[in-house]
Amino acid sequence: MDYAQNLLITLPELILSIGAIVLMMVAAYAGDRATRPIGWAAVLLFVAALIASLFPAGIGFGGLYKADAFSAFAKALIYGGAAVSVILAPDFFERRGGQLRAEYPVLLLLSGVGMGMMVSATDLLTLYVGLELQSLAAYVLASFMRRDARSAEAGLKYFVLGALASGILLYGIALLYGFTGTTQFSGIAAAIGAGPLSTGLLFGIVFAMAGIAFKISAVPFHMWTPDVYEGAPTPVTGFFASAPKVAAMGLMVRLTVEAMGPAYESWRQIVIFSALASIVLGAVAAIGQKNIKRLLAYSSINNVGFALIGLAAVQPGRPEGVASVMTYMAIYIVMTLGSFLVVLQMRDAEGNNVETIASLSGLSRTHPALAAAFAVFMFSLAGVPPLLGFWAKFVVFDAAVKAGLWPLAAIGIAASVISAFYYLMIVKTMYFDEPAPAYHRVENKIEGGLIAVTALAVSPLGYFLIPLLADLSTNAAQALF
Amino acid sequence: MIGLQHYLVVSAILFVMGVLGIFLNRKNVIVILMAIELILLSVNINLVAFSAYLHDLVGQVFAMFVLTVAAGEAAIGLAILVIYFRNRGTIAVDDVDRLRG
Repeated sequence: MDYAQNLLITLPELILSIGAIVLMMVAAYAGDRATRPIGWAAVLLFVAALIASLFPAGIGFGGLYKADAFSAFAKALIYGGAAVSVILAPDFFERRGGQLRAEYPVLLLLSGVGMGMMVSATDLLTLYVGLELQSLAAYVLASFMRRDARSAEAGLKYFVLGALASGILLYGIALLYGFTGTTQFSGIAAAIGAGPLSTGLLFGIVFAMAGIAFKISAVPFHMWTPDVYEGAPTPVTGFFASAPKVAAMGLMVRLTVEAMGPAYESWRQIVIFSALASIVLGAVAAIGQKNIKRLLAYSSINNVGFALIGLAAVQPGRPEGVASVMTYMAIYIVMTLGSFLVVLQMRDAEGNNVETIASLSGLSRTHPALAAAFAVFMFSLAGVPPLLGFWAKFVVFDAAVKAGLWPLAAIGIAASVISAFYYLMIVKTMYFDEPAPAYHRVENKIEGGLIAVTALAVSPLGYFLIPLLADLSTNAAQALF
Repeated sequence: MIGLQHYLVVSAILFVMGVLGIFLNRKNVIVILMAIELILLSVNINLVAFSAYLHDLVGQVFAMFVLTVAAGEAAIGLAILVIYFRNRGTIAVDDVDRLRG
Protein backbone atom coordinates (compact mmCIF):
# COMPACT_ATOMS: atom_id res chain seq x y z
CA MET A 1 0.00 0.00 0.00
CA ASP A 2 1.56 3.29 -1.01
CA TYR A 3 1.67 6.47 0.99
CA ALA A 4 -1.24 8.19 -0.76
CA GLN A 5 -3.55 5.28 0.06
CA ASN A 6 -2.46 5.43 3.69
CA LEU A 7 -3.26 9.12 3.80
CA LEU A 8 -6.64 8.52 2.17
CA ILE A 9 -7.61 6.16 5.00
CA THR A 10 -7.02 8.95 7.51
CA LEU A 11 -9.12 11.41 5.47
CA PRO A 12 -11.34 12.58 8.39
CA GLU A 13 -8.26 13.45 10.49
CA LEU A 14 -6.59 15.11 7.49
CA ILE A 15 -9.61 17.31 6.86
CA LEU A 16 -9.77 18.37 10.50
CA SER A 17 -6.06 18.96 11.04
CA ILE A 18 -5.47 20.89 7.80
CA GLY A 19 -8.65 22.85 8.46
CA ALA A 20 -7.51 23.64 12.01
CA ILE A 21 -4.14 24.92 10.79
CA VAL A 22 -5.70 27.10 8.08
CA LEU A 23 -8.31 28.50 10.48
CA MET A 24 -5.58 29.20 13.03
CA MET A 25 -3.79 31.33 10.42
CA VAL A 26 -7.04 33.11 9.58
CA ALA A 27 -7.56 33.77 13.29
CA ALA A 28 -4.02 35.10 13.63
CA TYR A 29 -4.45 37.65 10.82
CA ALA A 30 -8.14 38.55 11.06
CA GLY A 31 -8.31 38.63 14.88
CA ASP A 32 -11.30 37.98 17.09
CA ARG A 33 -13.83 39.63 14.78
CA ALA A 34 -13.51 36.58 12.52
CA THR A 35 -14.63 34.26 15.33
CA ARG A 36 -18.15 33.58 14.07
CA PRO A 37 -17.14 32.79 10.46
CA ILE A 38 -14.34 30.58 11.83
CA GLY A 39 -16.90 28.83 14.03
CA TRP A 40 -19.16 28.10 11.06
CA ALA A 41 -16.18 26.95 9.03
CA ALA A 42 -15.31 24.56 11.87
CA VAL A 43 -18.86 23.19 11.84
CA LEU A 44 -18.56 22.60 8.09
CA LEU A 45 -15.22 20.83 8.62
CA PHE A 46 -16.80 18.56 11.23
CA VAL A 47 -19.62 17.74 8.82
CA ALA A 48 -17.09 17.03 6.04
CA ALA A 49 -15.07 14.80 8.38
CA LEU A 50 -18.26 13.02 9.44
CA ILE A 51 -19.11 12.26 5.81
CA ALA A 52 -15.51 11.17 5.13
CA SER A 53 -15.55 8.84 8.13
CA LEU A 54 -18.61 6.98 6.82
CA PHE A 55 -16.47 5.25 4.19
CA PRO A 56 -14.32 2.83 6.18
CA ALA A 57 -11.25 1.92 4.20
CA GLY A 58 -9.16 -0.58 6.12
CA ILE A 59 -5.87 -0.56 7.97
CA GLY A 60 -3.26 2.13 7.34
CA PHE A 61 0.31 3.03 8.28
CA GLY A 62 1.49 -0.52 8.91
CA GLY A 63 -1.19 -1.35 11.46
CA LEU A 64 -1.11 1.90 13.44
CA TYR A 65 -4.52 3.11 12.35
CA LYS A 66 -7.73 1.38 11.37
CA ALA A 67 -10.87 2.77 9.79
CA ASP A 68 -13.71 0.27 10.19
CA ALA A 69 -17.43 0.23 10.97
CA PHE A 70 -16.70 0.68 14.69
CA SER A 71 -14.58 3.79 14.19
CA ALA A 72 -17.13 5.16 11.68
CA PHE A 73 -19.95 4.81 14.22
CA ALA A 74 -17.92 6.41 17.02
CA LYS A 75 -16.64 9.20 14.78
CA ALA A 76 -20.15 10.08 13.61
CA LEU A 77 -21.13 10.61 17.27
CA ILE A 78 -17.91 12.45 18.13
CA TYR A 79 -17.94 14.88 15.21
CA GLY A 80 -21.66 15.51 15.64
CA GLY A 81 -21.24 16.27 19.33
CA ALA A 82 -18.24 18.50 18.70
CA ALA A 83 -20.07 20.44 15.96
CA VAL A 84 -22.94 21.15 18.36
CA SER A 85 -20.39 22.33 20.95
CA VAL A 86 -19.02 24.82 18.40
CA ILE A 87 -22.48 26.13 17.56
CA LEU A 88 -23.60 26.76 21.12
CA ALA A 89 -20.50 28.67 22.23
CA PRO A 90 -20.47 32.18 20.66
CA ASP A 91 -23.52 33.64 22.45
CA PHE A 92 -22.35 32.37 25.81
CA PHE A 93 -18.87 33.85 25.53
CA GLU A 94 -20.15 37.16 24.15
CA ARG A 95 -22.38 37.64 27.16
CA ARG A 96 -19.45 36.94 29.46
CA GLY A 97 -17.71 40.21 28.66
CA GLY A 98 -16.45 39.65 25.13
CA GLN A 99 -14.25 36.69 25.94
CA LEU A 100 -15.22 35.14 22.63
CA ARG A 101 -12.00 34.21 20.94
CA ALA A 102 -11.19 32.65 17.60
CA GLU A 103 -9.10 29.90 19.19
CA TYR A 104 -12.18 28.15 20.55
CA PRO A 105 -13.32 26.44 17.32
CA VAL A 106 -9.69 25.69 16.41
CA LEU A 107 -9.11 23.93 19.73
CA LEU A 108 -12.28 21.92 19.25
CA LEU A 109 -11.05 20.89 15.78
CA LEU A 110 -7.70 19.73 17.19
CA SER A 111 -9.50 17.90 19.96
CA GLY A 112 -11.61 16.28 17.23
CA VAL A 113 -8.47 15.05 15.47
CA GLY A 114 -7.31 13.48 18.73
CA MET A 115 -10.68 11.86 19.39
CA GLY A 116 -10.78 10.43 15.87
CA MET A 117 -7.35 8.92 16.39
CA MET A 118 -8.43 7.45 19.72
CA VAL A 119 -11.27 5.42 18.24
CA SER A 120 -9.17 4.40 15.22
CA ALA A 121 -6.07 3.39 17.19
CA THR A 122 -4.85 -0.16 16.74
CA ASP A 123 -1.46 0.48 18.29
CA LEU A 124 -0.47 1.79 21.72
CA LEU A 125 1.46 4.62 20.05
CA THR A 126 -1.58 5.97 18.15
CA LEU A 127 -3.66 5.48 21.27
CA TYR A 128 -1.29 7.62 23.33
CA VAL A 129 -0.83 10.39 20.77
CA GLY A 130 -4.57 10.62 20.08
CA LEU A 131 -5.43 10.69 23.77
CA GLU A 132 -2.87 13.41 24.49
CA LEU A 133 -4.00 15.55 21.55
CA GLN A 134 -7.54 15.40 22.85
CA SER A 135 -6.49 16.03 26.47
CA LEU A 136 -4.13 18.94 25.80
CA ALA A 137 -6.84 20.76 23.85
CA ALA A 138 -9.32 19.98 26.62
CA TYR A 139 -7.10 21.46 29.38
CA VAL A 140 -6.96 24.74 27.47
CA LEU A 141 -10.70 24.70 26.82
CA ALA A 142 -11.48 24.17 30.53
CA SER A 143 -9.56 27.32 31.45
CA PHE A 144 -10.80 29.23 28.42
CA MET A 145 -12.32 32.16 30.36
CA ARG A 146 -8.97 33.52 31.38
CA ARG A 147 -10.29 36.25 33.66
CA ASP A 148 -12.57 33.95 35.59
CA ALA A 149 -10.93 32.42 38.69
CA ARG A 150 -13.25 29.39 38.64
CA SER A 151 -12.47 28.58 35.03
CA ALA A 152 -8.72 28.86 35.68
CA GLU A 153 -9.03 26.60 38.71
CA ALA A 154 -11.02 24.06 36.72
CA GLY A 155 -8.29 24.05 34.08
CA LEU A 156 -5.57 23.62 36.70
CA LYS A 157 -7.33 20.72 38.42
CA TYR A 158 -8.13 19.05 35.13
CA PHE A 159 -4.54 19.44 33.98
CA VAL A 160 -2.92 18.03 37.14
CA LEU A 161 -5.21 15.03 37.43
CA GLY A 162 -5.27 14.48 33.66
CA ALA A 163 -1.48 14.48 33.48
CA LEU A 164 -1.36 12.00 36.37
CA ALA A 165 -3.82 9.77 34.51
CA SER A 166 -1.72 9.96 31.32
CA GLY A 167 1.32 8.98 33.41
CA ILE A 168 -0.49 5.97 34.84
CA LEU A 169 -1.71 4.97 31.38
CA LEU A 170 1.82 5.32 29.99
CA TYR A 171 3.25 3.17 32.75
CA GLY A 172 0.71 0.51 31.82
CA ILE A 173 1.62 0.89 28.15
CA ALA A 174 5.33 0.44 28.94
CA LEU A 175 4.57 -2.75 30.87
CA LEU A 176 2.31 -4.09 28.11
CA TYR A 177 5.06 -3.39 25.58
CA GLY A 178 7.76 -4.96 27.75
CA PHE A 179 5.92 -8.16 28.52
CA THR A 180 4.47 -8.74 25.04
CA GLY A 181 7.28 -7.30 22.90
CA THR A 182 4.97 -5.30 20.65
CA THR A 183 2.75 -2.23 20.73
CA GLN A 184 0.24 -3.49 18.16
CA PHE A 185 -3.15 -4.53 19.52
CA SER A 186 -3.20 -7.74 17.46
CA GLY A 187 0.30 -8.69 18.64
CA ILE A 188 -0.59 -7.99 22.26
CA ALA A 189 -3.70 -10.16 21.96
CA ALA A 190 -1.62 -12.98 20.46
CA ALA A 191 0.97 -12.73 23.26
CA ILE A 192 -1.72 -12.67 25.97
CA GLY A 193 -3.47 -15.65 24.41
CA ALA A 194 -0.24 -17.66 24.16
CA GLY A 195 -0.01 -18.60 27.83
CA PRO A 196 -1.04 -17.81 31.41
CA LEU A 197 -1.10 -14.13 32.32
CA SER A 198 2.17 -12.99 33.90
CA THR A 199 2.15 -10.56 36.84
CA GLY A 200 3.80 -7.84 34.81
CA LEU A 201 1.19 -8.13 32.09
CA LEU A 202 -1.61 -8.01 34.65
CA PHE A 203 -0.14 -4.83 36.10
CA GLY A 204 0.07 -3.40 32.60
CA ILE A 205 -3.61 -4.13 31.96
CA VAL A 206 -4.65 -2.63 35.32
CA PHE A 207 -2.60 0.56 34.84
CA ALA A 208 -3.75 1.08 31.25
CA MET A 209 -7.39 0.63 32.21
CA ALA A 210 -6.98 2.97 35.18
CA GLY A 211 -5.67 5.69 32.87
CA ILE A 212 -8.60 5.34 30.48
CA ALA A 213 -11.10 5.08 33.37
CA PHE A 214 -10.00 8.59 34.30
CA LYS A 215 -10.91 9.86 30.82
CA ILE A 216 -14.42 8.40 30.97
CA SER A 217 -14.63 9.60 34.62
CA ALA A 218 -15.50 6.19 36.01
CA VAL A 219 -15.19 5.61 39.76
CA PRO A 220 -12.55 5.48 41.37
CA PHE A 221 -11.05 8.03 38.96
CA HIS A 222 -13.99 10.41 38.90
CA MET A 223 -12.91 12.99 41.50
CA TRP A 224 -12.06 15.66 38.94
CA THR A 225 -15.43 15.55 37.19
CA PRO A 226 -17.71 17.66 39.45
CA ASP A 227 -15.09 20.40 39.95
CA VAL A 228 -14.13 20.65 36.28
CA TYR A 229 -17.74 20.52 35.07
CA GLU A 230 -18.73 23.27 37.50
CA GLY A 231 -15.80 25.58 36.81
CA ALA A 232 -15.44 25.22 33.04
CA PRO A 233 -17.54 27.48 30.78
CA THR A 234 -20.94 25.83 30.15
CA PRO A 235 -20.43 25.13 26.39
CA VAL A 236 -17.11 23.48 27.26
CA THR A 237 -18.79 21.41 29.98
CA GLY A 238 -21.36 20.28 27.44
CA PHE A 239 -18.51 19.27 25.17
CA PHE A 240 -16.66 17.37 27.93
CA ALA A 241 -19.81 15.43 28.76
CA SER A 242 -20.43 14.37 25.17
CA ALA A 243 -17.78 13.81 22.47
CA PRO A 244 -14.66 12.99 24.59
CA LYS A 245 -16.72 10.51 26.63
CA VAL A 246 -17.67 8.65 23.46
CA ALA A 247 -14.07 8.74 22.23
CA ALA A 248 -12.65 7.42 25.51
CA MET A 249 -15.34 4.76 25.72
CA GLY A 250 -14.59 3.73 22.13
CA LEU A 251 -10.90 3.55 23.03
CA MET A 252 -11.68 1.47 26.13
CA VAL A 253 -13.80 -0.94 24.08
CA ARG A 254 -11.21 -1.32 21.33
CA LEU A 255 -8.34 -1.79 23.78
CA THR A 256 -10.16 -4.35 25.90
CA VAL A 257 -11.62 -6.30 22.98
CA GLU A 258 -8.86 -6.13 20.37
CA ALA A 259 -5.74 -6.06 22.56
CA MET A 260 -6.83 -7.73 25.80
CA GLY A 261 -9.58 -9.96 24.46
CA PRO A 262 -7.99 -13.27 25.59
CA ALA A 263 -7.58 -11.92 29.14
CA TYR A 264 -11.23 -10.91 29.43
CA GLU A 265 -11.72 -12.72 32.72
CA SER A 266 -9.09 -10.46 34.30
CA TRP A 267 -10.26 -7.08 33.02
CA ARG A 268 -13.92 -7.94 33.42
CA GLN A 269 -13.52 -7.80 37.20
CA ILE A 270 -12.16 -4.29 36.95
CA VAL A 271 -14.98 -3.24 34.63
CA ILE A 272 -17.66 -4.75 36.89
CA PHE A 273 -16.26 -3.03 39.98
CA SER A 274 -15.95 0.28 38.16
CA ALA A 275 -19.47 0.00 36.70
CA LEU A 276 -21.12 -0.71 40.05
CA ALA A 277 -19.12 1.92 41.92
CA SER A 278 -19.88 4.55 39.23
CA ILE A 279 -23.60 3.83 39.23
CA VAL A 280 -23.93 3.90 43.01
CA LEU A 281 -21.69 6.93 43.59
CA GLY A 282 -23.21 8.84 40.68
CA ALA A 283 -26.68 8.21 42.08
CA VAL A 284 -26.00 8.92 45.77
CA ALA A 285 -23.60 11.87 45.51
CA ALA A 286 -25.85 13.81 43.13
CA ILE A 287 -28.73 13.98 45.60
CA GLY A 288 -27.44 16.87 47.71
CA GLN A 289 -26.16 19.05 44.86
CA LYS A 290 -27.32 22.65 44.46
CA ASN A 291 -25.54 23.44 41.20
CA ILE A 292 -27.05 22.07 38.01
CA LYS A 293 -23.67 21.55 36.31
CA ARG A 294 -22.36 19.60 39.32
CA LEU A 295 -25.50 17.52 39.29
CA LEU A 296 -25.05 16.76 35.59
CA ALA A 297 -21.43 15.80 36.34
CA TYR A 298 -22.61 13.13 38.79
CA SER A 299 -25.26 12.15 36.27
CA SER A 300 -22.52 11.57 33.69
CA ILE A 301 -20.55 9.41 36.16
CA ASN A 302 -23.74 7.43 36.74
CA ASN A 303 -24.35 7.00 32.98
CA VAL A 304 -20.78 5.86 32.32
CA GLY A 305 -21.40 3.13 34.90
CA PHE A 306 -24.37 1.84 32.89
CA ALA A 307 -22.33 1.86 29.68
CA LEU A 308 -19.61 -0.14 31.47
CA ILE A 309 -22.20 -2.82 32.33
CA GLY A 310 -22.44 -3.38 28.58
CA LEU A 311 -18.66 -3.68 28.37
CA ALA A 312 -18.65 -6.23 31.19
CA ALA A 313 -20.94 -8.38 29.06
CA VAL A 314 -18.33 -8.66 26.30
CA GLN A 315 -17.02 -12.18 25.78
CA PRO A 316 -15.02 -13.68 22.93
CA GLY A 317 -17.30 -14.23 19.97
CA ARG A 318 -20.20 -12.31 21.53
CA PRO A 319 -20.42 -8.79 20.09
CA GLU A 320 -23.76 -7.93 21.80
CA GLY A 321 -21.94 -6.26 24.70
CA VAL A 322 -20.04 -3.89 22.42
CA ALA A 323 -23.20 -3.09 20.46
CA SER A 324 -25.00 -2.22 23.69
CA VAL A 325 -22.17 0.10 24.82
CA MET A 326 -22.25 1.98 21.51
CA THR A 327 -26.05 2.22 21.54
CA TYR A 328 -25.92 3.56 25.08
CA MET A 329 -23.31 6.17 24.19
CA ALA A 330 -25.28 7.27 21.10
CA ILE A 331 -28.44 7.88 23.12
CA TYR A 332 -26.50 9.35 26.06
CA ILE A 333 -24.73 11.94 23.89
CA VAL A 334 -28.09 13.27 22.62
CA MET A 335 -29.60 13.45 26.12
CA THR A 336 -26.59 15.15 27.65
CA LEU A 337 -26.15 17.71 24.84
CA GLY A 338 -29.85 18.54 25.15
CA SER A 339 -29.54 19.01 28.92
CA PHE A 340 -26.58 21.36 28.55
CA LEU A 341 -28.39 23.32 25.83
CA VAL A 342 -31.15 23.93 28.37
CA VAL A 343 -28.62 24.88 31.07
CA LEU A 344 -27.25 27.47 28.63
CA GLN A 345 -30.70 29.12 28.51
CA MET A 346 -30.72 29.64 32.31
CA ARG A 347 -30.12 33.39 32.62
CA ASP A 348 -31.33 35.90 35.17
CA ALA A 349 -33.13 39.14 34.30
CA GLU A 350 -29.88 40.87 33.28
CA GLY A 351 -28.91 38.00 30.98
CA ASN A 352 -26.17 36.56 33.23
CA ASN A 353 -25.93 32.80 33.46
CA VAL A 354 -27.22 31.19 36.62
CA GLU A 355 -26.49 27.62 37.65
CA THR A 356 -28.48 26.94 40.81
CA ILE A 357 -31.21 24.32 40.74
CA ALA A 358 -33.38 26.60 42.88
CA SER A 359 -33.55 29.13 40.05
CA LEU A 360 -35.43 26.53 37.98
CA SER A 361 -38.43 26.85 40.33
CA GLY A 362 -41.70 27.31 38.49
CA LEU A 363 -40.04 27.26 35.09
CA SER A 364 -43.14 25.54 33.71
CA ARG A 365 -45.12 28.75 34.24
CA THR A 366 -42.57 31.24 32.88
CA HIS A 367 -41.03 29.15 30.06
CA PRO A 368 -43.34 26.18 29.42
CA ALA A 369 -41.54 24.91 26.32
CA LEU A 370 -38.09 25.00 27.94
CA ALA A 371 -39.44 23.26 31.06
CA ALA A 372 -41.07 20.57 28.93
CA ALA A 373 -37.84 19.93 27.03
CA PHE A 374 -35.80 19.76 30.25
CA ALA A 375 -38.37 17.40 31.77
CA VAL A 376 -38.03 15.14 28.72
CA PHE A 377 -34.24 15.03 29.15
CA MET A 378 -34.48 14.36 32.88
CA PHE A 379 -37.06 11.57 32.45
CA SER A 380 -34.94 10.11 29.66
CA LEU A 381 -31.73 10.21 31.75
CA ALA A 382 -33.66 8.54 34.56
CA GLY A 383 -34.69 5.78 32.13
CA VAL A 384 -38.45 6.24 32.40
CA PRO A 385 -40.05 3.89 29.85
CA PRO A 386 -41.71 5.88 27.07
CA LEU A 387 -38.49 7.82 26.44
CA LEU A 388 -35.40 6.71 24.58
CA GLY A 389 -33.19 6.66 27.70
CA PHE A 390 -35.13 3.58 28.78
CA TRP A 391 -34.13 1.74 25.61
CA ALA A 392 -30.44 2.54 26.24
CA LYS A 393 -30.60 1.02 29.73
CA PHE A 394 -32.67 -1.91 28.50
CA VAL A 395 -30.06 -2.80 25.88
CA VAL A 396 -27.14 -2.90 28.34
CA PHE A 397 -29.10 -4.83 30.97
CA ASP A 398 -30.25 -7.26 28.28
CA ALA A 399 -26.63 -7.84 27.18
CA ALA A 400 -25.55 -8.33 30.81
CA VAL A 401 -28.31 -10.87 31.52
CA LYS A 402 -27.52 -12.79 28.32
CA ALA A 403 -23.87 -12.97 29.41
CA GLY A 404 -24.96 -14.47 32.73
CA LEU A 405 -24.26 -11.31 34.72
CA TRP A 406 -27.77 -10.99 36.13
CA PRO A 407 -26.62 -9.92 39.64
CA LEU A 408 -24.84 -6.97 38.01
CA ALA A 409 -27.99 -6.09 36.05
CA ALA A 410 -30.13 -6.39 39.18
CA ILE A 411 -27.92 -4.04 41.20
CA GLY A 412 -27.81 -1.64 38.24
CA ILE A 413 -31.61 -1.53 38.02
CA ALA A 414 -31.90 -0.96 41.78
CA ALA A 415 -29.38 1.89 41.65
CA SER A 416 -31.12 3.49 38.66
CA VAL A 417 -34.16 3.91 40.94
CA ILE A 418 -31.99 5.96 43.33
CA SER A 419 -30.73 8.11 40.49
CA ALA A 420 -34.30 8.64 39.28
CA PHE A 421 -34.88 10.49 42.57
CA TYR A 422 -32.76 13.51 41.72
CA TYR A 423 -33.86 13.70 38.10
CA LEU A 424 -37.45 13.76 39.33
CA MET A 425 -36.53 16.38 41.95
CA ILE A 426 -35.63 18.73 39.10
CA VAL A 427 -38.91 18.05 37.35
CA LYS A 428 -40.73 18.68 40.62
CA THR A 429 -38.83 21.95 41.10
CA MET A 430 -39.80 23.11 37.62
CA TYR A 431 -43.46 22.11 37.77
CA PHE A 432 -44.61 22.33 41.38
CA ASP A 433 -42.48 24.90 43.22
CA GLU A 434 -43.30 28.57 43.61
CA PRO A 435 -41.89 30.50 40.63
CA ALA A 436 -38.46 32.05 41.04
CA PRO A 437 -37.72 35.34 39.21
CA ALA A 438 -38.29 34.72 35.52
CA TYR A 439 -35.42 34.08 33.17
CA HIS A 440 -34.29 36.50 30.56
CA ARG A 441 -36.11 35.61 27.36
CA VAL A 442 -33.62 34.29 24.87
CA GLU A 443 -34.00 34.77 21.15
CA ASN A 444 -31.60 32.27 19.68
CA LYS A 445 -33.30 30.31 16.93
CA ILE A 446 -30.41 27.87 16.46
CA GLU A 447 -30.14 26.85 20.12
CA GLY A 448 -33.92 26.65 20.39
CA GLY A 449 -34.03 24.48 17.29
CA LEU A 450 -31.29 22.19 18.62
CA ILE A 451 -33.18 21.78 21.91
CA ALA A 452 -36.32 20.86 19.97
CA VAL A 453 -34.46 18.36 17.78
CA THR A 454 -32.69 16.64 20.69
CA ALA A 455 -35.89 16.56 22.76
CA LEU A 456 -37.79 14.98 19.85
CA ALA A 457 -34.98 12.46 19.34
CA VAL A 458 -35.20 11.18 22.92
CA SER A 459 -39.00 11.39 23.01
CA PRO A 460 -41.06 8.29 22.08
CA LEU A 461 -40.66 9.41 18.44
CA GLY A 462 -37.03 8.35 18.79
CA TYR A 463 -38.15 4.72 18.82
CA PHE A 464 -38.44 4.96 15.04
CA LEU A 465 -34.64 5.30 15.02
CA ILE A 466 -34.07 2.09 16.98
CA PRO A 467 -33.89 -0.36 14.03
CA LEU A 468 -31.32 1.90 12.34
CA LEU A 469 -29.34 2.32 15.57
CA ALA A 470 -29.43 -1.43 16.22
CA ASP A 471 -28.15 -2.17 12.71
CA LEU A 472 -25.33 0.36 12.92
CA SER A 473 -24.19 -0.63 16.41
CA THR A 474 -24.27 -4.35 15.57
CA ASN A 475 -22.20 -3.67 12.46
CA ALA A 476 -19.79 -1.60 14.52
CA ALA A 477 -19.48 -4.31 17.15
CA GLN A 478 -18.88 -7.06 14.61
CA ALA A 479 -15.97 -5.11 13.16
CA LEU A 480 -14.06 -5.80 16.40
CA PHE A 481 -14.55 -9.57 16.47
CA MET B 1 26.09 -6.81 35.92
CA ILE B 2 23.15 -4.44 35.63
CA GLY B 3 20.15 -6.15 34.04
CA LEU B 4 16.60 -5.34 33.07
CA GLN B 5 15.30 -5.77 36.60
CA HIS B 6 17.49 -3.01 37.99
CA TYR B 7 16.10 -0.55 35.48
CA LEU B 8 12.55 -1.64 36.23
CA VAL B 9 13.09 -1.17 39.96
CA VAL B 10 14.56 2.32 39.49
CA SER B 11 11.68 3.21 37.22
CA ALA B 12 9.09 1.90 39.69
CA ILE B 13 10.70 3.91 42.51
CA LEU B 14 10.65 7.08 40.40
CA PHE B 15 7.03 6.46 39.43
CA VAL B 16 5.94 6.05 43.05
CA MET B 17 7.89 9.16 44.03
CA GLY B 18 6.12 11.10 41.29
CA VAL B 19 2.66 9.94 42.37
CA LEU B 20 3.41 10.65 46.02
CA GLY B 21 4.78 14.05 44.99
CA ILE B 22 1.37 14.93 43.56
CA PHE B 23 -0.67 13.72 46.51
CA LEU B 24 1.51 14.50 49.53
CA ASN B 25 2.72 17.90 48.37
CA ARG B 26 0.67 20.64 50.08
CA LYS B 27 2.78 23.65 49.20
CA ASN B 28 3.27 24.55 45.60
CA VAL B 29 1.71 23.72 42.25
CA ILE B 30 5.11 23.97 40.52
CA VAL B 31 6.23 20.94 42.54
CA ILE B 32 3.25 19.05 41.08
CA LEU B 33 4.47 19.87 37.56
CA MET B 34 7.89 18.50 38.51
CA ALA B 35 6.29 15.35 39.91
CA ILE B 36 4.44 14.85 36.61
CA GLU B 37 7.73 15.11 34.71
CA LEU B 38 9.19 12.53 37.11
CA ILE B 39 6.37 10.09 36.27
CA LEU B 40 6.91 10.55 32.52
CA LEU B 41 10.66 10.06 32.88
CA SER B 42 10.17 6.86 34.86
CA VAL B 43 8.03 5.58 32.00
CA ASN B 44 10.78 6.50 29.54
CA ILE B 45 13.35 4.52 31.52
CA ASN B 46 10.98 1.57 31.38
CA LEU B 47 10.45 1.90 27.64
CA VAL B 48 14.12 2.22 26.78
CA ALA B 49 15.11 -0.64 29.11
CA PHE B 50 12.51 -2.92 27.52
CA SER B 51 13.58 -1.77 24.07
CA ALA B 52 17.22 -2.69 24.73
CA TYR B 53 16.24 -5.98 26.35
CA LEU B 54 13.93 -7.01 23.50
CA HIS B 55 16.28 -5.75 20.74
CA ASP B 56 13.28 -3.88 19.37
CA LEU B 57 13.39 -0.21 18.36
CA VAL B 58 9.71 0.56 18.92
CA GLY B 59 10.28 1.26 22.61
CA GLN B 60 12.84 3.96 21.86
CA VAL B 61 10.61 5.54 19.23
CA PHE B 62 7.85 5.56 21.82
CA ALA B 63 10.18 7.25 24.32
CA MET B 64 10.82 10.05 21.80
CA PHE B 65 7.07 10.56 21.43
CA VAL B 66 6.67 10.67 25.20
CA LEU B 67 9.43 13.28 25.47
CA THR B 68 7.76 15.46 22.83
CA VAL B 69 4.32 15.22 24.36
CA ALA B 70 5.78 15.88 27.82
CA ALA B 71 7.25 19.14 26.53
CA GLY B 72 3.86 20.21 25.17
CA GLU B 73 2.17 19.17 28.38
CA ALA B 74 4.59 21.17 30.52
CA ALA B 75 4.04 24.25 28.32
CA ILE B 76 0.26 24.03 28.68
CA GLY B 77 0.53 23.32 32.41
CA LEU B 78 2.67 26.38 33.00
CA ALA B 79 0.34 28.54 30.85
CA ILE B 80 -2.67 27.46 32.90
CA LEU B 81 -0.68 28.08 36.08
CA VAL B 82 0.11 31.62 34.91
CA ILE B 83 -3.55 32.54 34.29
CA TYR B 84 -4.44 30.95 37.62
CA PHE B 85 -1.82 33.07 39.38
CA ARG B 86 -3.09 36.23 37.65
CA ASN B 87 -6.59 35.57 38.95
CA ARG B 88 -5.77 34.51 42.49
CA GLY B 89 -2.29 35.82 43.29
CA THR B 90 -1.20 32.49 44.78
CA ILE B 91 -0.10 29.06 43.64
CA ALA B 92 -0.31 27.31 47.02
CA VAL B 93 -2.03 23.93 46.69
CA ASP B 94 -4.24 24.51 49.72
CA ASP B 95 -5.73 27.61 48.10
CA VAL B 96 -7.04 25.71 45.09
CA ASP B 97 -10.43 25.23 46.71
CA ARG B 98 -12.96 27.57 45.10
CA LEU B 99 -14.84 24.69 43.50
CA ARG B 100 -16.37 22.51 46.15
CA GLY B 101 -19.93 21.26 46.37
